Amino acid sequence: MNSLIFAAFSRILFILMLAVSLFVLYRGHNEPGGGFVGGLIAAAGFATLALARGVDVARATLRFEPMTVIGFGILAALLGGLPGLWLDDSFLAHQWAILGSAHIGTTLLFDIGVYLVVLGGILSLILRFYEGL
Amino acid sequence: MTAFLTLHAPLWPVLLPIFGAGLATCLWKQRRAQRLVTGLCITLLLAASLLLLAAVYQQGILAIRFGGWNAPFGVVFVADALSAAMVAITGILAAAVMTFGLADIRRREEQAGFYPLMLGMLAGVNGAFLTGDIFNLYVWFEVMLITAMGLLSIGRNRARLDATVRYAVLNLFSTLLFLTGVALLYGATGTLNMADLARVLPETEPSINLTLSALLLLCGFGIKAGYFPLFFWLPASYHTASITVSAIFAGLLTKVGVYACFRVFTLIFSVEDSGIREIVAVLAAGTMLFGVFGAAVQWDVRRILSFHIVSQIGYMLLGLAISTQAALAGAIFYIIHHIIVKANLFLLAGAIHRASGTFDLRKSGGLMYRNPLLAALFLVPALSLAGLPPLSGFWAKFLVIDATFRAGEHWLAGLALFVGLLTLYSMSKIWMEAFWKKPVLPRAEARRVPRPMLLAIASLGALTLVIGFMPQPLILFSQTAAAALLDPSAYLSAVLPANPILEARP
Repeated sequence: MNSLIFAAFSRILFILMLAVSLFVLYRGHNEPGGGFVGGLIAAAGFATLALARGVDVARATLRFEPMTVIGFGILAALLGGLPGLWLDDSFLAHQWAILGSAHIGTTLLFDIGVYLVVLGGILSLILRFYEGL
Repeated sequence: MTAFLTLHAPLWPVLLPIFGAGLATCLWKQRRAQRLVTGLCITLLLAASLLLLAAVYQQGILAIRFGGWNAPFGVVFVADALSAAMVAITGILAAAVMTFGLADIRRREEQAGFYPLMLGMLAGVNGAFLTGDIFNLYVWFEVMLITAMGLLSIGRNRARLDATVRYAVLNLFSTLLFLTGVALLYGATGTLNMADLARVLPETEPSINLTLSALLLLCGFGIKAGYFPLFFWLPASYHTASITVSAIFAGLLTKVGVYACFRVFTLIFSVEDSGIREIVAVLAAGTMLFGVFGAAVQWDVRRILSFHIVSQIGYMLLGLAISTQAALAGAIFYIIHHIIVKANLFLLAGAIHRASGTFDLRKSGGLMYRNPLLAALFLVPALSLAGLPPLSGFWAKFLVIDATFRAGEHWLAGLALFVGLLTLYSMSKIWMEAFWKKPVLPRAEARRVPRPMLLAIASLGALTLVIGFMPQPLILFSQTAAAALLDPSAYLSAVLPANPILEARP
């Protein structure tokens, strides 16, 4: 796509989408959102970048292979389940730390895993398609 | 440490392959590292599955819960004798097939993600064997389906994509039927935990929804397992994949459907009520007969073997149709024997291909003089599949057919004997054409078969021989497993807490 306006705005849109996706990821535990939706939004951000400035730029911004991102996601989700195995004798029993009003728990790690798997999965699919455009 | 490992024994056979798949995906571009990770992971998986078998043998039924939620509400994994045996045999088969794969997997397949997909599929298979929650079973079926589709399409040629589409369409349809059955079941009982279902269902009023749910589940698992008349996707897709993939599909995937049938129709529903026994008996007869007829007209080794999977599934189903303790024990013995032998025959098909350059029996020949070792290795699983004493297949067939006669179903038993004869015909066809007859194409030497292939084939063959000459321990084990299937009280008390919360019922 050779629109100057789109290309100029794509970086801003990309950063905005990434920020929103992280926010959605974080609020996901008790409110609407979470890793899946967050991952989709982030993938949309990368897709915008790929459409406006080429797939190479999107790949360079991602730094890793999309498949590698999936792998890290799977490992992060597994890791999120492990503490419960030691502390509660039950895999995926989530542990919480409350710091003032912020709740941080192993669910966040699990959600990050989901986020990465969705991001990597969608990107490995659409970047391949866009290369054919 | 040992206590911790044993306490969570049902978790490791699923967690390890998922971990391995994640790690292998992280190392996407490094094929050598992926190979190393997979090798380590499969070795650990074998150890973990044998640990589970030992733990279940010593302590009885093991149950673990997920997320800290107790039984009827959270997901549980339950390992009874049948589950543990299936997981153990999966571990053994995975180790053997991946050894074979050392010489068989091509670089292109590795680049397309063979290792993560294979490990993911193993996780799905083990999850399906171990889960104690019927919706969770559906999830594992989906995991298996998606990874299996990936493995089938990995070669990216026309025949494989064609096979993938056939496989995907029918299997997606079957999981849809399965899901509908689960939904109806949940609507009628308000629970998804299998042990809880077994407790609640006898008190639930019989309704059309429950009957429909039972039939939908039978149908959904039936397509997965390759029952008559819904088996045609199986011979149409299995033979296109690479031999490593075909062997693990042939050994494991249909058996997951059979396992699910055994679990659901002993624990939750019973074959006794609402005419299911008659349906299952007819399905068993049709599956045995049409599978073996289909094989008789084929010339591609892999297609012959694919049709034989279908025919052999019929024997296992026969055990479920009779549903006495002896028949179920025979069927469980049959499943274990069949997984080893069928996967081994597929590996042999790969070795024949390697030696003679073709899968078409009409074009090969002369392997007996050129590669007598391969010929000897072929005879063990082939004769075992046909049911000749003293190999494992003889005991398996004997147990099932004997139980059928004792239950008074003479026509079914007669049919099973007749199908055994036709199986012998097919196996002797492969023997005559590939090994015995004069070579068709003038080539001086058969090509050498790589060592890892021979090692894998020989170790599975040795296992067949051991079961054949010492069937007693396995028969005893199958009888214990069958007794546990018929009397689920131990299963229920292992899964459900002593005083359930009754108010939570809808």
